[in-house]
Amino acid sequence: MSTAVNRSKGEFAHHFDSADHEFETSKFGVWLFMATEILMFGGLFVAYALFSSRYPEIFEEGATFLNWKYGAANTIILLFSSLTIALSVYFLQKNNTKAAAINLFITLLCAGGFMGIKFIEYSHKFHEHLYPGKYFAHETTVENLALYFSLYFSMTGLHGLHVLIGMGLITWVLIRTLRGEFHSKYYTPVEGVALFWHLVDLVWIYLFPLLYLV
Amino acid sequence: MSSSHNHNHSDHSHSHEAGEHHILPFDVYLKVFGSLIFLTIITVWVAQFNFGAFNGLVAMGIATIKAALVGMYFMHLKHDNKLYSTILVGSVGFLILFWFFTFFDFVTRVAEKSTL
Repeated sequence: MSTAVNRSKGEFAHHFDSADHEFETSKFGVWLFMATEILMFGGLFVAYALFSSRYPEIFEEGATFLNWKYGAANTIILLFSSLTIALSVYFLQKNNTKAAAINLFITLLCAGGFMGIKFIEYSHKFHEHLYPGKYFAHETTVENLALYFSLYFSMTGLHGLHVLIGMGLITWVLIRTLRGEFHSKYYTPVEGVALFWHLVDLVWIYLFPLLYLV
Repeated sequence: MSSSHNHNHSDHSHSHEAGEHHILPFDVYLKVFGSLIFLTIITVWVAQFNFGAFNGLVAMGIATIKAALVGMYFMHLKHDNKLYSTILVGSVGFLILFWFFTFFDFVTRVAEKSTL
């Protein structure tokens, strides 16, 4: 990527009409990727919808093992991180590199906080032998309660994986921001990572009421 | 681009033919964040009431309002090329189609003939 074209100096690849054309094309690619992400999470959401309508008692019982306060805290943390990464794009548009870097750093801290709370939650589940699928070993009178925890771990696990990947991506654009590679004319990678991070937030917006507030 | 919003043009001294990047005012981000927190509180508050079959619908309705706020303002869809909104709405549309046929099959076939 960083061969001959120096985008921080306003250059763009020769097959584009302008730097703006290149920016819009990159964003189009990110949005197509978003569509595949929505469809991937979508499969799990459809499974959830189907099973919870068929076996509401399993889902009501399963949700009692979750503490909504952890879920609500993580919701607020993720919403705040969405704000800060949106602001990092805003500050780059205004050529305020320092404020953009600070906001990216806060986003990273929030992501770490989210994973910390997730770690506490998973530890509690494992301690009570609430494992997914055939590994489920919790003593309960509700038949097939493992179904809820299979979906719980699949959905929050896939989401958590996205948070971890997001942390890597944010670190990458933070380093490049600190190097002064981005400004109002070129901030494409930050825009792309921000879009990805907002999607992670969007998925959690639906997961929180579905899993914690049944 | 309309000039109905008081965004700063100074960063775009040489605007391209393809259109400049729309910069949302700073306070819009804060207002959207405030609304999202407010809606989160509503989500938790409303969960203690039992609307019967509408419980899920109410929760998903509020979540969709939140998702729309994130999409329109944080992801800039409101002032961006409509192509991106089309991709988002289109993929959600196919998801609903997926959901519809799965449920249709389940209700008319699996639920009638299987012990699942």
